[in-house]
Amino acid sequence: MEEFEQPVLSVNKLNKLYGNGCVNCRGSKRNRLLKNYCPICGTVYACRDITFEVHAGEILGVVGESGSGKSTMMECLYFDQEVSSGEAYICSYKGGKTNVFAESSQQKRYIRNHMMGKVYQNPLLSLKMNFSSLGNIAEKLISAGNRNVGMMEARGEELLEHVNIPVYRMKEAPKNFSGGMQQRVQIAKALSNNPPLLLLDEVTTGLDLSVQASVLDLIKTIQRELKITVVIVSHDLGVIRMLADRTIVMLDGKIIEHGLTDQILEDPQHSYTQKLVQSLL
Amino acid sequence: MRIEYNFAFFDEGSKREIRRATLKAIAIPGYQVPFASREMPIARGWGTGGLQLTLSLVGKPDILKVIDQGSDESVNAVNIKKLIAITTGVTVSDETAEATIIQSRHRIPEVPLQEGQILVLQVPLPEPLRYYEPSEYETKKLHAEQEYSGAWLMLFEQIMNYGTMSTGADHPVMVHGRYVMAPSPIPRFDNPKLNYSQALILLGAGREKKVYAVPPFTRVASLDFEDYPFGVESFQDKCCRLCGAQGVFMDEILDDVTGEPFYQCNDSSYCLQNLNGKSRG
Repeated sequence: MEEFEQPVLSVNKLNKLYGNGCVNCRGSKRNRLLKNYCPICGTVYACRDITFEVHAGEILGVVGESGSGKSTMMECLYFDQEVSSGEAYICSYKGGKTNVFAESSQQKRYIRNHMMGKVYQNPLLSLKMNFSSLGNIAEKLISAGNRNVGMMEARGEELLEHVNIPVYRMKEAPKNFSGGMQQRVQIAKALSNNPPLLLLDEVTTGLDLSVQASVLDLIKTIQRELKITVVIVSHDLGVIRMLADRTIVMLDGKIIEHGLTDQILEDPQHSYTQKLVQSLL
Repeated sequence: MRIEYNFAFFDEGSKREIRRATLKAIAIPGYQVPFASREMPIARGWGTGGLQLTLSLVGKPDILKVIDQGSDESVNAVNIKKLIAITTGVTVSDETAEATIIQSRHRIPEVPLQEGQILVLQVPLPEPLRYYEPSEYETKKLHAEQEYSGAWLMLFEQIMNYGTMSTGADHPVMVHGRYVMAPSPIPRFDNPKLNYSQALILLGAGREKKVYAVPPFTRVASLDFEDYPFGVESFQDKCCRLCGAQGVFMDEILDDVTGEPFYQCNDSSYCLQNLNGKSRG
């Protein structure tokens, strides 16, 4: 392995604010705010100077309380939202030398279709509920340029089998499925064109424990098999402990602590992280 | 009392506005140009889009032909013809070859169109991606970014459900390698006639307030898959019971007396022409 291997994804000073800011909070003064909003103008700083790197085959966990900007960060990374400022580099896109946030919307769509997969907390956001499950997977393949029905059908069946959807239900629309099954169809869709980068946003929230376990197991297996890079957001420390190699802790839109997962969980430094770890049952 | 209308029903300003939209549509093949659809003396969805285009283009020396599902004598065709003829005094004809403006609903005539002719098609639903994405805001973005996986996905779903592409009409086409367009509900049989057509083809949707066009000699390709190529309806070994024509689009009709199915030309003027030719010897 090379010593200076390029990270699969590197994010530099990602900022996302809702509002225009004022004299009190604009620019670098945002870091002086106690909370993630400005008490004078009410501008919300959902993400403040988020900087991190993920390397090939690594699982990065993101924890933090609700409202700490985890999901906003993920939405920015998947181009669902425009960032206010910041840079991100993806090593498989133009050699990792181009800031993907500055690209045109066509290019962003290209990156999304060819190099990324995302699993949302809410399956409604990524699945077309009235199209068949196979069709949903085909959608991602078609958008990546595939025009062969036989190949797409085979690939879809293979993936759905992988996520334990029975063969006789593959042509059924996800709206007839249970929440757990919808989540698994989503995972199959996200994985369909072997993306080097997989973004998981609260995949197990709202699922019962046995389904949670099987979904997590599935993610771990697939990640090991395909050696893909994963960013996983969760407020469930159990999930993070089981999956993540490295973890970043977010509070009020800022990264307050980062390090190896064991290190974070066993020896938390920041008071919030200490509280979080202590509250673990 | 007889009301005196302006030439071609519209005031000059209205005609100019529609012509301007038409010019833009011709300049960008397949692109849906919004226009201020006028209130017409026929109901929306009965061909007001086509009628407005025809009225804005018609001039005194023009010869007009109107067809409705292949027939020159149906209620819709007759009334539209009457309106245009009364307000302009142009000659009305049934013969495709001598007409300069042909307004049509759901068919392209069997007689090949010539240079200098204009075919106006009435469109109920101009958006080919509507069943995939209900939001107009989103479909506009999809067109702008040339993201047409939804159009292919709908065909994929048909193959999954029925084993073949089952679009009876309105099979989406790619115009000039850029815009995917709904060719109005013409049968698949007529799709190849759009490709490098010598006549100008204009499509108007009155209810949806859109105009789009296929200029003469423009590449128009029907969407398909590598292993499921596009095909037209086949009428092999069938011939018209009235005129004996073969290789044209035919209707299947049940005989009133015997209950046996028989076939008849869908294009009534083409059929009549054949019969007249025969009787003349």
